[in-house]
This record gives sequence, C-alpha cells and structure tokens, in this order.
Amino acid sequence: MIADTLIDDRSKRQIARANAKSEKTAQARLTSRGATIVAVIIAIFWTIPTFGLFVTSFRPGADTQSTGWWTVFTDPSFTLDNYSQALNSGGTALTLAQSFINSLGITIPATVFPLVIASLAAYAFAWIDFKGKNIVFVGVFALQIVPIQMALVPLLSLFSKGLTVNGVGIFPGFELRDAEHSFATVWIAHAIFALPLAIFMLHNFISEIPGEVIEAARVDGAGHGQMFFRIVLPLATPAIASFAIFQFLWVWNDLLVATIFAPSSSLPLTQTLNSLSGTWGNQWFLQSAGAFISIIVPLIVFFSLQRFFVRGLLAGATKG
Amino acid sequence: MRSPLRRRYTAPLAILAVAGLALAGCAEAEDTGSTGDQTVRISGGITGGEADALNKSFEQFTKDTGIKVVYTGDKSFEGNIVTKVSGGSAPDIAIVPQPGLLKTLVDTGEVKEAGEETEANVDKNWSPDWKKYGTFDGKFYAAPMLANIKGYVWYSPAAFKEWGVSVPTTFQEVLDLTKTIQEKTGTAPWCAGFASDAASGWPGTDWIEDLVLRQSGPDVYDQWVAGDVKFTDPEIKEAFDAVGEILKNPAYVNAGYGDVKSINSTAFGDVAAKVADGSCALTHQASFLSANFLDVKTAAGATPTVGPDGDVYGFVLPGIEADAANIEVGGEFVTPFSDSEAVQKATAYMATPEFADIRVGLGGVISANLNADPSKASSPLLQDAMKLLQDPNTTVRFDGSDLMPSTVGAGSFWKGMVSWIDGKDTDTVLSDIQAGYDN
Repeated sequence: MIADTLIDDRSKRQIARANAKSEKTAQARLTSRGATIVAVIIAIFWTIPTFGLFVTSFRPGADTQSTGWWTVFTDPSFTLDNYSQALNSGGTALTLAQSFINSLGITIPATVFPLVIASLAAYAFAWIDFKGKNIVFVGVFALQIVPIQMALVPLLSLFSKGLTVNGVGIFPGFELRDAEHSFATVWIAHAIFALPLAIFMLHNFISEIPGEVIEAARVDGAGHGQMFFRIVLPLATPAIASFAIFQFLWVWNDLLVATIFAPSSSLPLTQTLNSLSGTWGNQWFLQSAGAFISIIVPLIVFFSLQRFFVRGLLAGATKG
Repeated sequence: MRSPLRRRYTAPLAILAVAGLALAGCAEAEDTGSTGDQTVRISGGITGGEADALNKSFEQFTKDTGIKVVYTGDKSFEGNIVTKVSGGSAPDIAIVPQPGLLKTLVDTGEVKEAGEETEANVDKNWSPDWKKYGTFDGKFYAAPMLANIKGYVWYSPAAFKEWGVSVPTTFQEVLDLTKTIQEKTGTAPWCAGFASDAASGWPGTDWIEDLVLRQSGPDVYDQWVAGDVKFTDPEIKEAFDAVGEILKNPAYVNAGYGDVKSINSTAFGDVAAKVADGSCALTHQASFLSANFLDVKTAAGATPTVGPDGDVYGFVLPGIEADAANIEVGGEFVTPFSDSEAVQKATAYMATPEFADIRVGLGGVISANLNADPSKASSPLLQDAMKLLQDPNTTVRFDGSDLMPSTVGAGSFWKGMVSWIDGKDTDTVLSDIQAGYDN
C-alpha cells in the first residue's frame, strides 16, 4: 500500500516535472511582445462574428432584417423578445427549453459511457498481454475510418428490426419507436461512434506511463483492478478530462446522430435550434438567441475543465 | 490466489454492469409511457411557426376521436427521412414536399397505400392533377395537404400608384414595366436571392419553370419534366433568355444589394425586407413569401400591410398572352407508413375540407382543396391564390425541379442556375444541367 502511493507520487512528480519544463519553453516563446500583439489581433478578428451574433440576438427582429448589427452603435434598440420567443416556441414538437433538458439527458451519459469503456479498453491494450492484441488494436483504430453516415442505416435497422441470421434471432431490437423520452439508442450510437478515437487516445497516454511504475505495483501484489484504479486512472486524468471535453462538445453540438436515432420526444437542442428559423427562414433572428442559450453549457464545461484541456491536448498525440 | 483474481475482474465488471443496467433500465422504464396505436407521429420539413400551427390544427380531431397527433419538424427532413425509412424507423406519417422524394420512398416498399376513406376524400376534394402526384403504378399512396403558388411577383401598390403604372397582364408588359420603373427611378427595379444553403439556386429554377410553362405550354412542360424535352432544346433556351433579360441585365438587378452576382449571395427570404422598405420594386417568389413580410419593416418603421392597396402585394407572373392561367404550384403529400386504424383516420381527416379550413384559418398557408373556404385565408393575396387554385380553368403544374430525378432537380439544375448568374454562358449551363441525367 505504501509502495503504491510512493510510486504514485513519484511518477506524478516525474510527469509534472517534464510538463513544467516544456511549459516553460513554450511560455518563453509565446509571451514575447510581438506574439502577444498578433494573438490579440487574431482574437479580435475571430470574435467579431460571434460578437455580431450576440448583438443581433438582442435586436428586434424587424431591425435585423433591414440593417446590420453594427448600426446599434449609432441607433441602439434592444429587446429580450428573441430570447423569450426562442425558449417558448420550438418550431417543432418540443420547445427550446424542453429540448435543452433532453440535450443534457443525451450528452452526459453519452460522455460517461464511452469514457468508462475506453479507459478500461485502453488499459487492457496497454498493460495486459493477450494473444492478437496488436491486431485487435489496429482493428479498433481502423474503425475511425468508417464515416458515421455509412453506419446510420445498418445501426438504425439493428435497433428497430433487430438482427436475425438464417432464421436465428441474435438480437431482438428495441421496441422503442413509440416510446416517450427514450435516450438509449442515442447513447449507444454516440458511445459506438466515440469509442475508436477514445481508445486510441487514452491508449497512447496510458502506455506512456513508465513501465517501472506498473511493475513495482505488480511486485507489491496489485491486481489489474488495483493498478487501474490506483495508478492508471489518477495518472491519466488529464487525458480523460480532455477527451471528456471533446466528447461533450461533440455530442452537445451533434444534430445528425440525434435526429436519426432519437424518438421525437427526445430530440436535443440542436434540432429545435435548427428549426427555429421556420420553413422559409423568415425568423432566423430567433436562432441567434437560441445559439447563445445553447452555448452556455459548453462554455461552463470548457472553463471548468480548461486546465486539464491545455495539458491533455498534447497527451497521447505524440510519443516520447 | 482466488481473491486477487476475483478482484481483478470485479471492478470493471461492476462498471459495465452498472452501465448496462442504466441503459436497460431507461429503455424499459420509458417504454411503458407509450400509448400504443392512439398516438400518430408525423414528421416533415415544416418548422417554426408553421409547425406550431400544424400541431394546433389537430386539436379538434383529437377531441373528436381521442387520437393524439404529434408533429415533429426537421429542417433536413428530405435527407433524413430516407435514412429513417431504410433503417426501419419511419414515422407513422411523413409530410413529403416533393413527388420525386415520394417516389423514392414508395420504391422502398415501406409506404402503405392510402385507405379507402382517404382516397374517397381526395376524389371528392381535389382535382385529378393533384391525385396523380400521389399515385404510382396505379396505386394511390399520398393525399395532398397544403399548397403554394409559385411565380408571384411581389410589388408595392403604393409605389405603383406613385409611378402611374399598373399591374401587367402579359410577359411583354412585365418587361415594359421594368423599363419604365428603371427610367423613373434610375435604379434597378428587380431584386432576387438565390442563396439557400445546400439548396442554393432553387429560386432560379422557379423562374425558368414559370417561363417554360407560360411560353411553351403545359405539354412541353410535362415532356421537359419527364426528360423527353432536353435542357439543350430551344424551348428551354428560350425560357432562359427571357429570364436573362431581367436577371442578367445589370440595369435591372439587384435592387438594394448590388450587381448581378450579388443574387447568389442574397438569401431567398431576405428580399422581403427590401421590397417592404421600398428599395426594391419587384421580386419573384412563391406565395409563401407573405410569411416573410410579418417580420420586416417599411421605410417608415411599421410592419407592412399585405393587400391590393397596402404596402406590398403580389400578382401572378402573367403569361405570354393575357388571361392564360398556367400556374406552377408546390405542395405537400401526406405519406402513411402504417395502415393502423388511427393513421388511416388521420390521413382521411387531413384530406377533408374541415382540416383545410382549420389550417388555412390559422394563417400563412393555402390549400388546393376544392371544397375548402378561400375566405378563411389570412390575407387577400392568399384568398385570391386559393380561388385561383380552385378555379377549374386554371392549368396547374407541379414544381418541375421537385419532379425531376434528384441528380437534376436537386442537383445540376440548382448548380446551373448559380453558375448562370455568375456569368457562365447559357449554352454551357444548359448542357451542364442536362449532364445531370447521366449521374
């Protein structure tokens, strides 16, 4: 037990030291005056469209249709109508507020499931020897090449019709077509689509943990469960957190997978947001308000996990 | 050795088991919420306020029959419905806006034939032209729902009075009127917008279809849509030339926006704002544009009134000769994927004049239902449009690009219109569009 924590601390320190060193060089290069000015200019240019959208979301709809958002500086007129209209009219079976809840219901599990499975699988690929390990790993990695669009119809028909080979029922299919608020199919679909990249990224990070650490733990009598929970998981936290952000943002912003797999009562925010402008696009100013409602959650997630994100971004990307 | 071995597997297994339970639990727990056959799920491409109105128009039906109807709109419906149907997860009813797409869906074998009651209602309430678009190989599948008339020219009656001009009755008069306005104001009279994301260019196809229908008549139009008259044939080139006299003339377009090329960068719905504030005298768009005038302002800052003496109004693009009522229409088809009693009742109801009256009464749309009451429509323009649709002398043809194979009607034709406006010469554009048939 003592050995465990010691090793834990030492390897943590090792990694922290290496990180600090590279952070220092990067910092020196990136904080010169020239670089700062360039960064600020780029930041301003990149923010202008978002800022324009933000201003638009507070302008009366009729104004938006006739003049640009920059006219507010000379002729200011603001309203919260767009926000209240956007929240209460969905332009489809749900309102934006209802689908906001659905989005949370879809996104949180769809982030947790693949992470749990992927971290276990990554550990197995990195530190458990079994026959055909490399082939299986290459196979998992290769699955990334399959475009989502190709998997939609087969997966959907598996969910709705089940799978029968030569008259033998292998999987009965879900009877979910008429179910209210069922998220299962969306969760499974998102988990499936996320797994290859998640396993690959986490594997690269987890396999970089110094072999001595793992061996020492093994000598001390730790099983795979202990090694996974006491050594690998704590060390891999930055990688897991950064992948969690990736996956969260991807699922939160996803329209295609949810539209195809979710029953009409479980559609997420993106779907209502997409429909807000109306058949003929005449109410697109509501979308600007809707966009800022939908942006809140990703912002919270990003800022609360940001410190992991910067560190974890490089994790697993390079070896050595 | 037993205990470490067991420990080694318990934790991951436990996680998997919990995850599995959570999935299964949710799936089962919520399955019981289903109300069986008594809920009819409809999906379609109608979104925004029109979707809310559609949901509302089933209130009476639900009260009378106890069948709940839930409509879900999806902006990318046209693409997604094919995936959903082939994946075995079709809605009970789909509202399909294009006969071409309807045919694709019927070809999957999942579409059910319309029930007897529905067919009887359609025979009673619709002209045979409309029934034909929902019929394939002699079997009737989909009843028409709502309609819109393409080829309106939107203008400002007040400005017309000021200039001393009147609504033209022939296409030549349209050209003369354009010239007059151009001379009086010194600016371009027409505005147009072809931008519509992936579908950019479709407003241009409406222009061409209108002209083919008016110049060469419904027979040539039918042959063209069927692919027997080619894009490279003289009849079609004639239509392009006629449209080009307006849309490719730098003196005539693009009012309120810029030069000819700005047509491609202007969103199709945005022109409503320019017509309302007076910077654009004329624009060509279907009757649905009346919805866009609800969210714009006149030069004085008020919401424009749509009426023959109001701020904006529309006239149907006239034929080559006066009083030739050839009009191009668009519409939706109620496509059942289930033959349950509830679905049959719902489709039958949607083909009745009662349903048309309720939906039309909620505003913004018209129906081609012959027994519906035109006075229920929300504006004088829509009332006139409905009367025009119900008039037995009107020759109605469905939007051609919606009927052509999608590689042309939703592919090379759209792209061709965009590159034509960008300055490509007409002959090259026409052969490019025709080449879409080989894809």
